[in-house]
Amino acid sequence: MSVVTYLEAIRQALWEEMESDPRVFLLGQDVGTYGGPFRVTAGMLDRFGPERVIDTPISESAMVGAAIGAAMLGMRPVVEMQFIDFISCAFNQIVNFAGPNHYRWAQQVPLVIRGPAGGNVHGSAFHSQNPESYFQHTPGLKIVAPATVADAYGLLKAAIRDPNPVLYFEHKYLYRRIKEELPAAAKPGPAAAEGPAAGLPGPVGAEGAVGEGVMAGAAGAAATGGDGLVPLGKARLARPGRDLSVISYGAMLHVALEAAERLAAEGIDLEVLDLRTVKPLDEEAILATVRKTNRVLVLTEEQLSGSVAGEVAARIAERGFAWLDGPVHRLCCPDTPVPYSPTLEEAYLPNVDTLVARVRELASY
Amino acid sequence: MAKSNTGTGKGSARRAAAATPATAGAEAAEAPPDRLAPTELSAAQQLELYRFMKLNRMLEERLGNLYRQGKVVGGLYSSRGQEATSVGSAYALAPQDFMGPLIRNLGSMLVRGVKPREVMMQYMAKGGSPTGGKDGNTHFGDLSRGLVAPISMLGALIPVMAGVALAGRMQGRDLVALTYIGDGGTSTGDFHEGLNLAAVLGVPLVVIAEHNGYAYSTPTSRQMRIQDIAARAAAYGIPGEIVDGNDVLAVHAVTKRAVERARAGGGPTLIESKTFRMKGHAEHDDAGYVPPELFERWRRRDPIERFERHLAAGGLATAEELARIAAAIDAELVAEMDYALASPMPPPERALVGVYAT
Repeated sequence: MSVVTYLEAIRQALWEEMESDPRVFLLGQDVGTYGGPFRVTAGMLDRFGPERVIDTPISESAMVGAAIGAAMLGMRPVVEMQFIDFISCAFNQIVNFAGPNHYRWAQQVPLVIRGPAGGNVHGSAFHSQNPESYFQHTPGLKIVAPATVADAYGLLKAAIRDPNPVLYFEHKYLYRRIKEELPAAAKPGPAAAEGPAAGLPGPVGAEGAVGEGVMAGAAGAAATGGDGLVPLGKARLARPGRDLSVISYGAMLHVALEAAERLAAEGIDLEVLDLRTVKPLDEEAILATVRKTNRVLVLTEEQLSGSVAGEVAARIAERGFAWLDGPVHRLCCPDTPVPYSPTLEEAYLPNVDTLVARVRELASY
Repeated sequence: MAKSNTGTGKGSARRAAAATPATAGAEAAEAPPDRLAPTELSAAQQLELYRFMKLNRMLEERLGNLYRQGKVVGGLYSSRGQEATSVGSAYALAPQDFMGPLIRNLGSMLVRGVKPREVMMQYMAKGGSPTGGKDGNTHFGDLSRGLVAPISMLGALIPVMAGVALAGRMQGRDLVALTYIGDGGTSTGDFHEGLNLAAVLGVPLVVIAEHNGYAYSTPTSRQMRIQDIAARAAAYGIPGEIVDGNDVLAVHAVTKRAVERARAGGGPTLIESKTFRMKGHAEHDDAGYVPPELFERWRRRDPIERFERHLAAGGLATAEELARIAAAIDAELVAEMDYALASPMPPPERALVGVYAT
């Protein structure tokens, strides 16, 4: 076993899929020679060559379009958006070509678009976005947003193997802030370049956070299956509790877990559900937690209006009303662009304090 | 009858000139020459080209009747006047090649083996249509015939087909990808992004820009200030060719050259086909914004009639032989239409299935 960061887990998953499946290849800006601005693809050009690690022009639409074409011919392209904010430049290819394609003419488009999402790193309006709500509306797409190292690894591998277009939103705030154990044998790097991959990894550790992980409460993500794959469309109970449920994903999950520790001292026992897959939603898991605690807050890092959180809340209102003891709350970002200055961004993002306050309010029902 | 045609040595395709100020691009057509470009195609192949062009037109005429009878549930799009561009270019492909046709490339699809009943059922939204009623018109694909379905957003197919070409190269499939764009479609971002990416990667892609005078009601002069779309090839460092789009033999020859260059590793080519859209944007549109004299000028250059004159002048087919071809097509279309009309609409529950691949 080896302790890796969230970012290293992404790299490891990519590397292993590249090793085990010659159909997998990368398209993106600066992914080759430079290895990507966050080093996710470092070393891959040397290992896999320029035909499989393709540096492209600054043409997000063409990157995704080319990936669609290649995917239809049986390849498994993985497109990197340098920052996920730039995915909007490829909006047409994603929502009009990739998404509806299978419905329209039964032709699958197995591709992954991944990139760093999310704020709290002072990236301002164009390097901090969480664009999932634009795409949750599009039939045919799947969207994942891992919160843990094991999920970063297992969801990416599952996304690459899925026959549908999958948007994989990795939260850049988590890149180097959380660590967990992954099987060492498959860890990519110069050593791996000496020969073929040493097979797929064994079970991903569920022993909890190790090392200096600043968000110790986050880990312990039990992966399913011996190969570390995390199935798409399945939520994970991140913390069982009695009194009130917080439904979240991505970096906000860690806010929920930290708030849960604080609220435990007050005698409020929070249940935390990690959606992991934002589309399609795991409605069964959502309604299960509603039935259990009868009070629900949906916590996400999106602008409030038209958010995934709104969709989750609507489904609970429609199908879980009988079990509710209070209104479904949403705690999201305000309807403004992401501000730059730390004092402004701090005010913009949900945090443990604002969550604790909202939970206390909801608990009073 | 091995003789091909009576053309002189000069091909009617030429390299793109430097950018010149725009007039209405497609209006630059010369007087109607009956002499078509030289060809390597046999008499039998030329008659096959003729059959495809005639089928293209007669199928669209049948579809027009169905439209007026209210059998077509959506819009109907015609490629009248542009049959030579579709058929001549598609005919230059090998079986392993791929094509991404647009709405006015019915002829290209017929060359790839699409059956009239498939198109009729698409337009009539029948359950037995290639998309099972989920999409209409020529918006369907079939990889087994090398066909990629378009979307309505113009330009989008160019990067997609660049990706097809890229995958083909990665898989060692020796394939060339061909797609189309109109003069209006060249104004999109994807036209630029796609051609540029294809050029940078050097993938085997051929893009045919059909310069047909109008994008819906907008003349080419409102799309660009240049005369020749092919001049844009220089911006991507790839060959740009101009061809008489109403000469099926010229279109075939220039496409064949581009396809062979692509297959040999020479990268993409942009071909501009000078032609004209002889109907409105769709069946509902009477094209009243097109000056009648323009229609008249291009009617004299009708690609099918020109080809008929070529076939007759070269002794490749008698009038009776051509009439027999038309009669056979007509009989085929009647049978296909009977089949399509009799086939059921899709069951409503089908509306909910197939969003995801499993």
